[in-house]
Amino acid sequence: MIPAFLYALVGVGLFTLGLYALIIHAHLLRKILALNVMASGVFLVLVALAARTQGMPDPVAHAMVITGIVVAVSATALALVLMLRVRIATGRAELAKEPLE
Amino acid sequence: MNWSAALPLFVLASSLLPGLVIFFLPEERVATRSSLNLAGAVLKLVLAGVMVWGIFHGSHFETRLPLLPGLDLLLRADSLSMLFVVLSSILWLVTTVYAIGYLEGSPNRSRFFGFFSLCVTATVGVALAGNLITFLLFYELLTLATYPLIVHRGTEVARRAGRTYLIYTVAGGTLLLIGTVWLYTLAGTLEFTPRGFLSTLDGASSTALVIIFVLLIAGLGVKAALIPLHGWLPQAMVAPAPVSALLHAVAVVKAGAFGIVRVVYDVYGIQFSATLGVTLPLAIVAAATIIYGSMRALFQDDLKRRLAFSTISQVAYIVLGIAIVGPIAAVGGLVHLVHQGVMKITLFFCAGNLAETLGIHKISEMNGVGRRMPWTMAAFTIAAFGMIGAPPLAGFISKWYLGLGALDAGQGWVIFILAGSSLLNAGYFLPILYAAWFKTPADAWPAERAFGRRETAWALLAPPLVTAFLTLAVGLLASAPFSPLQWARFITTLEYAE
Amino acid sequence: MLALDIPWGVMAIILPLAGAMSCFLWPRCALPLGLVTALAIVICVAGLGWQLLEQGAQRYAVGGWGAPLGIDLYADGLTLLMLMMTAVVGLGISIYSCGYFNQDRARHFWPLWMFLWAALNALFLSADIFNLYVTLELLGLAAVALVALAGGADALTGAMRYLLVSLLGSLCYLLGVALLYHSFGSVDIATLAERVESSPAVWAAMGLMITGLLLKTALFPLHFWLPSAHASAPAPVSALLSALVVKASFYILLRLWLEIFPFAGAALAQLLGLLGAAAVLWGGLQALRQTRLKMLIAYSTVAQLGYLFLAFPLASITGWTGALYVLLSHAAAKTAMFMAAGNILYFGGHDRIVDLDRVVQHLPLTITAFALAGISIMGLPPSGGFIAKWLLLEAAIRSGQWWWGIALILGGLLSAAWVFKVVGYAFTRSEVPHEARAVPAAMEWTALLMAVVAILLGLFVPWLLALMEIGLPFGGEGSAG
Repeated sequence: MIPAFLYALVGVGLFTLGLYALIIHAHLLRKILALNVMASGVFLVLVALAARTQGMPDPVAHAMVITGIVVAVSATALALVLMLRVRIATGRAELAKEPLE
Repeated sequence: MNWSAALPLFVLASSLLPGLVIFFLPEERVATRSSLNLAGAVLKLVLAGVMVWGIFHGSHFETRLPLLPGLDLLLRADSLSMLFVVLSSILWLVTTVYAIGYLEGSPNRSRFFGFFSLCVTATVGVALAGNLITFLLFYELLTLATYPLIVHRGTEVARRAGRTYLIYTVAGGTLLLIGTVWLYTLAGTLEFTPRGFLSTLDGASSTALVIIFVLLIAGLGVKAALIPLHGWLPQAMVAPAPVSALLHAVAVVKAGAFGIVRVVYDVYGIQFSATLGVTLPLAIVAAATIIYGSMRALFQDDLKRRLAFSTISQVAYIVLGIAIVGPIAAVGGLVHLVHQGVMKITLFFCAGNLAETLGIHKISEMNGVGRRMPWTMAAFTIAAFGMIGAPPLAGFISKWYLGLGALDAGQGWVIFILAGSSLLNAGYFLPILYAAWFKTPADAWPAERAFGRRETAWALLAPPLVTAFLTLAVGLLASAPFSPLQWARFITTLEYAE
Repeated sequence: MLALDIPWGVMAIILPLAGAMSCFLWPRCALPLGLVTALAIVICVAGLGWQLLEQGAQRYAVGGWGAPLGIDLYADGLTLLMLMMTAVVGLGISIYSCGYFNQDRARHFWPLWMFLWAALNALFLSADIFNLYVTLELLGLAAVALVALAGGADALTGAMRYLLVSLLGSLCYLLGVALLYHSFGSVDIATLAERVESSPAVWAAMGLMITGLLLKTALFPLHFWLPSAHASAPAPVSALLSALVVKASFYILLRLWLEIFPFAGAALAQLLGLLGAAAVLWGGLQALRQTRLKMLIAYSTVAQLGYLFLAFPLASITGWTGALYVLLSHAAAKTAMFMAAGNILYFGGHDRIVDLDRVVQHLPLTITAFALAGISIMGLPPSGGFIAKWLLLEAAIRSGQWWWGIALILGGLLSAAWVFKVVGYAFTRSEVPHEARAVPAAMEWTALLMAVVAILLGLFVPWLLALMEIGLPFGGEGSAG
């Protein structure tokens, strides 16, 4: 129980770390990476908490993680493409502070 | 759905459907548009006549459609609503003829006539509404349908006037909405009942009822142009003359006044209102409006603005008649609903004729115009004397009953208001008449259009003559059956019956 | 009856998915394929409605696997209304986009739009919180791609910001799901509703999930991403984002609130109401300040979303019905508005409000659509918006919390101000003439039809309320009065 709880705490830590990075960094690649770190944190929590039962860990949680990873990969792909397009259109891979008029 | 349940819907549809069709008519289909309009107007008048006849013989006309759980969309023809329906139908017919002549050759007529029909539909809906939510629905529809007519000319002045109009009416509608919802949560019903449905209500504090009364009257007072809520009316005069004539002299302001009658009679009940102590303040506001409107009218040089301030003053007579709390004054107030409409529409038609034929907009340009346009000015003169209250014209009947009723109800101060108002009316109408008939005309009119041997187009001349004739007729034949006066008496006997 | 045995709900998900795939595979036939699919979905939803009316709320076990392991779908009156809203708005947008997009854009638009529709239908039908996460992500990704379709720096940065916010919201939600699953060993909403009890982990989960969903629903002050994304997208996309996509996350929030978090307490409800009221006022004021039409409409969405949250502190059936009515009528009205704005852009090449220059003479149907939609948005009768305002106001006065009514009334006045500002300029001559381009009739008529739907919503209330009460989504004895 204790190691699983520890892993879950690490997961929450990763989530928080990612959130922090997402907010403070301007560069889009860093933001996308930060979101990936957050996602990993959530998955870690799911996997760790799946070990709550005695013996075999809960398979449903693992199924969820796999689904989550698929979603995260596609989201990352879209984000990267979009980042490139933003860079081509504006010359910077950053978000303007104010919406352009 | 049987025949008597469908009739109120038909009355609405007789202006709604032509209006909707007209929106989609191409601009150049003048004949189709005019005949549609006229057919709708005649049909509405016939249907209204059938309903009056039916009510006189004891039939009930009621359409009930579910709107919300516990609340219906209710159209019901009773004696009070028919007064307003018949008035609107007759004046719509006359104004349609006038508008066809007035707007000949101007752009966007399909839009104009479409919204015009919508306005009439909304007015008739206001008249036929059988509960407060239906009333609210058509009241707001009237606001919305009038707006495009005010901004019709597309000028910057028109846009500003439209904005002012909306600020007043949308705010008024909001107050009305709050009052209505609140009333519904207290009473659980909104259906108009003779002598009101609130007097039997247990558990509702009278403070709440007074606040609701103020909310409702303030909401309605905007359209009825009671001071200090009258500011939109003079500005709205930028609209074309038929709009000023039918809507701002009759439909819109009357919708407000009519709503006040409904609230006082069929929601609160006149006795209960008097018990709550809300009628005296209402009478004072009405009296102040009468005097204030007349005072402002004295100093207007723009003819339509002077008429607008006169409307403000005259519509308050109706409210005053209700608020005096006595059967005779009530007759005076209700009959003024019709009389003022007939007289004021004549005056606006004439003002429109002067503007359209000679380009006259200001009173200072009217010197000697009686010689150039004798028929128009004759109609104007009859209506103006009616407004002043000269016997035997329509306005005299109203003022007579108001004064008599005030004495009967022990409110002698009203006599002074009436006398003062008549003096002021004379003060702002007689100089116009004097200038028009007796002063020598200027060398040239501001913008004259030739109409051959006639003084102006037939379609422009006939409507004011008809309404001027009506002004005479309702005064002279006041004691004939089915006259507005008899009908108003019929209504008040219901309200004051023991 | 055979037709009653068809799992219409499942069909409503499979059809748009199949449509998306075929549009993707045969891009040259994308338009007819898409239109046929759209029609088929509408029929499916009608079938589902009939099924629900006959047999009450439905639960489907997809592939025959039951709740704990398989994916369950659940349909009650609330689901049905959301699906119907999606179907009506979706059909309108499908027809509108025929005229709006050129061949090249249409190739990209149709598959994405069908995916989005599939995600929406799946989301409304989902009965477990993890499935909701997956559909929410699908929805977000499709929506972002559609925003980016407009090209241009504005749209791309708008899309990028939207994507980041959307992912952040989903991750918060997923962490909440993880905590709930750990505490109660299930993701099925019905099972959770039975087992749930107050504990720190549940409160944490609730906080995370609600925050994530509020971020996606763009409730003030988390609305910062919405105006730029919604205003810079192509018109049909703006319409479906404002009308449908933001409603999806609100729907999840509503479900969770009603089923899993009934213990959340009055304080949180008051907070949500307060944020809602702030959104109504802030959105209205910002809308009034805008100089560009689409930006204005986007801010009005912020305000309208605020109305939805006013129902939380009221917590009565009348209140929920009112919020649901805001949701439905706003969907129709806002679609019409964005379509009208799209027409004006298409016609004049710009959407500056002061330079509308008598556009009412060139596009009378479009301006009529805008005005009718405006009537519903500002809550004047006869319209769906009026019914919504009436119900919310009634609920506010009945519960003795009349101050929520003030926000409601002020919001209505603010919307009236901006609607008539636009309409006023549309009637008035301006200095800059238009470089006119003819607008396809289909685009004008669809805008008008959507606006008419918003008006008609105000006239068929009892009928819709009867549908809503299937399966009693808001509890109680089933009377909305």
